[in-house]
This record gives sequence, structure tokens and C-alpha cells, in this order.
Amino acid sequence: MKIRFCINGKDLEIETRFDRRVIDLLREDLGLTGPKESCGSGECGSCVVIVDGETRLSCLMLAAQLEGRRVTTIEGISSPEGLHPIQEAFVEHGAVQCGFCTPGMVLTSIDLLSRNSDPTRKEIRDAISGNLCRCTGYQKIVDAVEDFSRKNREDAQT
Amino acid sequence: MSYSMKKISLEIGKSIPRFDAFAKVTGKEKYASDFWSPDMLWAGVKRAGVPHARIRGIKTDEAISIPGVLSVLTSRDVKGTNRQGVVRKDQPVLADDRVRHCGDPVALVVAKDRETLAMALSAIELDLEPLQAVFDPEKALEQGAPLVHERNLERNLLLKGSLETGKGEAAFEECDETVEAEFRLPHQEHAYLETEAGWAILRDGVLEITASTQSPFRDRYEMAEAIGFDMHRVRIIAPYCGGAFGGKDGITVQSLLGLAALNNPGRPVKMWWSREESILASAKRHPARLYYKLGAKKDGAFHALSARVYFDTGPYDHLGGAVMALGLEHSGGPYRIPNANLKAWSVFTNNPIGGPFRGFGVTQANAAMEQMVDLMAKRVGISPLDIRLKNALRRGDRNPAGVTLTGSTGIGECLKKIPASRLWQERETWKKAAPLYKKRGAGLASAMQGMGYGPLIPDTANAKIELNRDGRFRVFCGVVDMGQGNASTYLQIAGEILNQDMSGVELVLPDTARTLPSGSSSASRTTFTYGNALIKASKILKQRLLEKAADLLMAKGSEEMDIVPGCVRHMPSGKEMPLSALAGILSEAERTSVARYRTPSAKESPASDPLLTLHGIPHIIFSYAAHAAFVEIDTLTGRIEVKCYLAITDCGRILNPQAFEQQIHGGIAQGLGYALCEELKVDHGMILTPDLGTYIIPTSMDLPDMESSAVELHEENGPFGLKGAGEIAVNGPYPAVANAIADACGIRILEGPMTAERVLGALNALQRGEAQ
Repeated sequence: MKIRFCINGKDLEIETRFDRRVIDLLREDLGLTGPKESCGSGECGSCVVIVDGETRLSCLMLAAQLEGRRVTTIEGISSPEGLHPIQEAFVEHGAVQCGFCTPGMVLTSIDLLSRNSDPTRKEIRDAISGNLCRCTGYQKIVDAVEDFSRKNREDAQT
Repeated sequence: MSYSMKKISLEIGKSIPRFDAFAKVTGKEKYASDFWSPDMLWAGVKRAGVPHARIRGIKTDEAISIPGVLSVLTSRDVKGTNRQGVVRKDQPVLADDRVRHCGDPVALVVAKDRETLAMALSAIELDLEPLQAVFDPEKALEQGAPLVHERNLERNLLLKGSLETGKGEAAFEECDETVEAEFRLPHQEHAYLETEAGWAILRDGVLEITASTQSPFRDRYEMAEAIGFDMHRVRIIAPYCGGAFGGKDGITVQSLLGLAALNNPGRPVKMWWSREESILASAKRHPARLYYKLGAKKDGAFHALSARVYFDTGPYDHLGGAVMALGLEHSGGPYRIPNANLKAWSVFTNNPIGGPFRGFGVTQANAAMEQMVDLMAKRVGISPLDIRLKNALRRGDRNPAGVTLTGSTGIGECLKKIPASRLWQERETWKKAAPLYKKRGAGLASAMQGMGYGPLIPDTANAKIELNRDGRFRVFCGVVDMGQGNASTYLQIAGEILNQDMSGVELVLPDTARTLPSGSSSASRTTFTYGNALIKASKILKQRLLEKAADLLMAKGSEEMDIVPGCVRHMPSGKEMPLSALAGILSEAERTSVARYRTPSAKESPASDPLLTLHGIPHIIFSYAAHAAFVEIDTLTGRIEVKCYLAITDCGRILNPQAFEQQIHGGIAQGLGYALCEELKVDHGMILTPDLGTYIIPTSMDLPDMESSAVELHEENGPFGLKGAGEIAVNGPYPAVANAIADACGIRILEGPMTAERVLGALNALQRGEAQ
């Protein structure tokens, strides 16, 4: 079937099977390998993408569900000029080790911060609890999100 | 603030963001699982599904007749030895006569896409004659036990080892107090987020394999021999791994991919295991049974130790002998114990494969030994901290394996820093403030971890660095970065010596055709060994550049020259020569420098058995740590929550505090998972926790904030005084949590992991007055 959706700010029309998993569509058909697959069953959050402003697990979505939606992958977060500030915070705070969970973590953090600009550490831990990380023990990820939200609020005040 | 890597200076000792983080955080980094091309084929494996059977037949006709299926291969199509393994080569690429565990591969299918591949795999029929199997590592050693390898003369024994010091067992007669306990530890799954993956292509007679691996150079000959292909025509490329932790130290997809590509020349073939396949087929931390007896004098001075440790290695060696040997060597912990009798066995069973996992056998031994220390502290009536301080090894002592410690030995320093922490000082108040129906406790554990391969297998690295024509330095990274950040540290080392910032250096990741053999990414050796080689190579290159520039600028000599970012400067005159200009004048040979380093090994050999020496005993350089866990137990549900965690580490000088802390946090996280929730349930060789919905690794809600510091003793052999930091932290959490639970409510859980169910059972038993 033909589906039309917006991917990282660009409108796209493609011919695909309606039941193709979105993760495969992104990684294989569109070459967007930022979203990762680690469990294929919605347990790990590595495949997170943002659909119409909310995080979704692309391994549990089918192509037909994308019709008319706005999809953002990790590739759509940074600009040619540089990293998104939340990405900078991840780098600066050492929140990246093997990096396989990182795209999902970054998108989940953006989703959290869009709903809550001043999250507590507990709220950050709660928000990323659907994203597994095997390297960091999560602390530096929490540090990065916390620091980013603090700086963001300070910037907003000045 | 805008972050640009160009501005980042590379100084040793400075917290520096990791070089690789930039590409990873944007999703641009290409892992082995990210390669993709339109004409790509998919390869997959039909696995045994039963723990032990004779293969009577494999029916493949239906599978091969499916349109889009290119090959269906069995052991008959393997032209080489069909055997893989690092020490003992006993693991088939494709099972020939028998299957020995549920995950054994029996047939390999190559198809045009994943759907066709799945259809073909389910169309293959296996005719298997069940054989008696063995699942209990102690029973496997008894007479009459079914044999996992029929030609094994020693009843399922892979390797046993024994170390005796002083009077051994006889010294228990001289002890005032003796404590005894038995422990059982489960398999632990690595659960790296990137499951086993890679792709291969045979073109122009060269077999090129890109794989998520910790050991590309070793893979090359291991795989070439197994599938019968000229090693010199094999190229292995190793991108950053999406986690590995020991689980990709050795062959996973490599031989299967090689075989698939040889049978489909010119076409790229990809293999990427699903999570379920990864859990079914991959190696895990060895389950262990540990029988310990510790004797001490009245004042708490350790006097005698007896340990018997059984490691279940599953059906294949896969470094199971080496894991056992390292566990054996560390089984007495970082203490002075003048008399010891230590024994360990690595035993074949039809359970899942045991293999290397961060800690490498030490994690299991330490889980037991550190609980023994607390049992003894209680018995003699001194505090857990005092008994550790009293017995802690000092430089010059012999460790329980009988090796004289000539290098930095910081366990005492680590322990001494525990009381300085506020968490520790306020623990009694904190414990008393426990909410209703909850109990709180604090537990300590020491840890140690030997570095490198040991005395016999040369632990060497070959570094290469080149000044590019553009004036940047290119480091040819010989050891895989599986996520721990060693590649970034290599740039820091080169940047320090050659006085460049991050914009002046670049990396080539391990590739058997471009970088030099430097061993595996394992054994807490990656930064130590390659770092030392790179220091040498960088210094040679620096000296050469100074000399050349001195000649060209007609200076008196190289002593008048120095390198600054981007150029060489004549210090008396301030005249500069850009590195790019210098590079343009030099030949490639002049612009390149290589150097080799071999890690020192112990001169003593406490093991009389040459096989133990071969398997790595003894080590001479150790990292140390003291950990404290603060736990809260819900006495109604048994739920344990680790509220805070403290780790003090001696891994020599810290080159990059951020990268160091990453390793400590990550090790603690995996150790807490091992302690609390990670249990691979295996029944008659069948895995009952086949996915991440049933095998539970810690989420952000399950882990506490951790406090980490270092004592930073100088290790004279280390690059800038460093010792390995990759493994040490995983050894503390299990016993620290166990000791904290005992402190909170007087129970000791002898079988891991210490789940709510087991805690509640022990609390109930305590209430009923049953003996612990």
C-alpha cells in the first residue's frame, strides 16, 4: 500500500506492505539506523521514535499506523550546525557508553521535558524506566537530563 | 553553551567527554548490526531445541525448495575442522553427530529476506535421538554420569585446579574460630543491547566479515581454521560494539557468516540474532557452587581457608578453563591468609554455555569469600570493617594464591576511606529511621581483579600512529572498544604526548587489514596494554618529528623544538612549522610509528600444574575496591531496595575521571542485577526465561545513585600509572548486598539471586525458628 507521512520534517510517500514493522521500514527502507532493535517485543526502548509528539516503540508499530503522522527519529534531532542541547548534555555528562540505548534515551528525555520542564530525579528515572541500558547504571543519564532541564529553565528566566 | 569537540583539550587526568559519544548520540555511529545494502542476503540458524541428542538426520529438501532460499548448509558443508574455541577447540560451527545443548546450531540457511529465512528454518526437520543428559555439575563428575563429550576420559571434567599454601587444610587445627557455608550462584546473561550481529562478503577472493566482536584478530584464525579458508584471505572489521561485557570474546556469528558468504560469493550476507536466539545460544556467566571454610585466630586474624568451587561450563570450553583458573586464583580475596587449600573444577554439562563475563570467575568467588568474612567478623565479635582492615593485603605480602605482591596494593587504602563517607558515618541513624515494616542494613565487600592474560599467553599490544598529510594524528586502534571507551582514551594518550586537542587526532577502529594485532578487549587489559604500546609509539613519532623539524628549520637540534597544537615550534625563535607542512615532506614510513608492549607477568609460579599456568595463573597486577551497599527490606513482601551505594577503587591513576566513573557505575549496575534480580531459569537444559520480559535486568527504577571515588595509587608499570578498571566493580555488589541483608534482618540467602521470594522465605524461616 501507499502511505504518506512526515519523517524528520520531510513529507514522504512510499509504497510498502501495510504490516511492515516501522523499525524495519525506518532502518532498512529509509536507511535511518539511529533507531535500534534490541528485543523486538517492546521491553527495551531501543527503537523509540517520536510520533506526533509522543514516544512510540517502532518495533511494535506497523507501517499503516504511520499514515498522516509526523515521525521524528534521532536523526531528526540534531541540526547540521550541531547537537541538540539534550544531546550535548548526554555527551558532557558521560551518559553514553556503548551507545546502543542512547537514541531511545535521548528521544524519551525530549518527550519527558516537553511535558515537564522541571522533573525531579525520581521523575526522570520514572520516565526512562522503559529504556534499558546495560552500561551506565543510568545515573549519568539522569544527571544529563537534570542538568539540561536546569540550564533550560535558567535560560528561559534570563 | 555549545559543545564542539574541537575545543576539547586532551590532558591526562582531565575529565573529557568521550570522542565516540558525538556520533553515538546523533544515531550516526554504524554498529555491525547497522550495515545494510539492497542486494543483501540474510543468514539464520536452525538450533537443536533439546539438550542432548544424536543427530540421525536433517531433512532440508523442503527448505531448499522454497523460492528465495539460496543455501541450506549442514556440517557436511563445512570444509575445515568444524571446531571453534579459544583454548580447547570443541565447539562445532554446525553440529555434526550430536547436539550438546538446546542452542547448538544444526543447519544454516541463506535466503533473500528475513521472511523467507524464517519459513525455511521452520521447514527444516531434525531427526534427533535423545541421549541421557547431565545438568548438575557435581553429579557430572560422578562415575556413570552421561558423558557430554564421549571421548572425555575424565568424566565431564574440562579442567580442575588446586592451590595450596602454608599447611593448607591442616592449619584449621590451629584456628580458634571456624565458619563454614555453601553458596549457589546462577547463570547471568550478558544482555548487551546489541545482540550478536554482523555481515560478510566474499569478493576478489577475500572473505570480509564485519562483526560485533571483542577479538577480531583471534576470530580470524579461529574462524578460518574452522571453516577451512585461508586465514590470510580473511579480513575482520570490528566496529564499536553495542555492549559485549565478555559475551563477544570469541566466535558468535563469524564462522556462520563466513560459511554463508563462501557459499554465496559476491553477495553480502547479514546475520543478526533475535533477543531470544541470543539468550538461547550465547555464553553466560558460569553458575557456581562454592563450599567455603574460613578459620581465624581469636583476634580475627585469618589463618586458614578452604574453598571448593564448581563452575558449570555447559558443553564447551569457551574459556571455561580460564574462567575457573581466575576464580580459583582470587578465591581467597584480598587478604593475608597464610594457609590455604583452594580447589576448583570446570565441568561439562548439557546446560547453556558458560563463558567470559566481566569479572571472569572472580565475581563468583568473591560473592562467597566476602560473605565468609562477615560471618567470621560476627563470630569473633569485631566489625566487618575492622576485620577487613586487619587482614587486608599490603604491598610485599603474599596473596592467598601464594603470589608476592610487588605492585601497588591499595585494598587497605580503599577500606580506610569507607569511614570518611557520610553514608557510612550516618548509617546507624539511617537504619533506625526505617519506616514501619521495613528494615535497613549496611553491608561491606572488598574486591580484587587481576589484569591481563597471566604468565604464559603473551599479553601484548602493537600500537600504530601516523601523522596524516592534513597534520592530524591517526591512531590505529588495535583493541576493540565494546563500549567502555578505551578508543577514546587512546586518543587522549596520543593527544597528551603529542600535545594535540581533540581536533588534532582521529581513530581507525580495529580491522585486521589496517590495525595491528593487540589482543582481545578483555581481562581489564585494554587500556593498560595498548595504552603502554601507544605511549611508546607516540614518543618515537614525536622525537622523529622534532628532529625532522629541527633539520628543516636549521635549528641546533631537536632539544630546541616542541610540538604545540597543529605545529612544531622552534622555541628560541618562535618559528613554527605546521604539522601538515611537515607531513607533506615526510615519507609514509617517516610519518608512521609502531611499538609493541608486553604486560609483565609474575615470576613466581604457585601452581605446580602446567595447565593452570596455561590457563592464566598467576597474575601480578591487581585492581582493588571496597564497596558498601545500603539496603531497605520490606519485611511483608521481601522486596529489597538498594537505597545508596558506595564504591572506592584502586585502579591506579585515573586518566579520565568520567570514563573511570562510567566503568564503576556500569560494573555496580550489573553486579546489583546479579545480586537481586537476574536469574536465568534453566530446567533440564531448557531456558525458562527466554527474553527480556522474563529475564529481568535492572531498569532506572531499580538502581540507586552511586557514589564513586578512587584512591589513585601509582602503578609503576601502568600507562601514566593506571591499572584496569573495567571489571573490578562487578565483584562487589553481590556480597555487599548479601551482607547488608544480613545486617538488616539477620538472614543470609545462600542461593542467588537474592529475590524478594527468597528473602521472604528466609524471613519466615527465621520467624519459625528454623536454622539458617
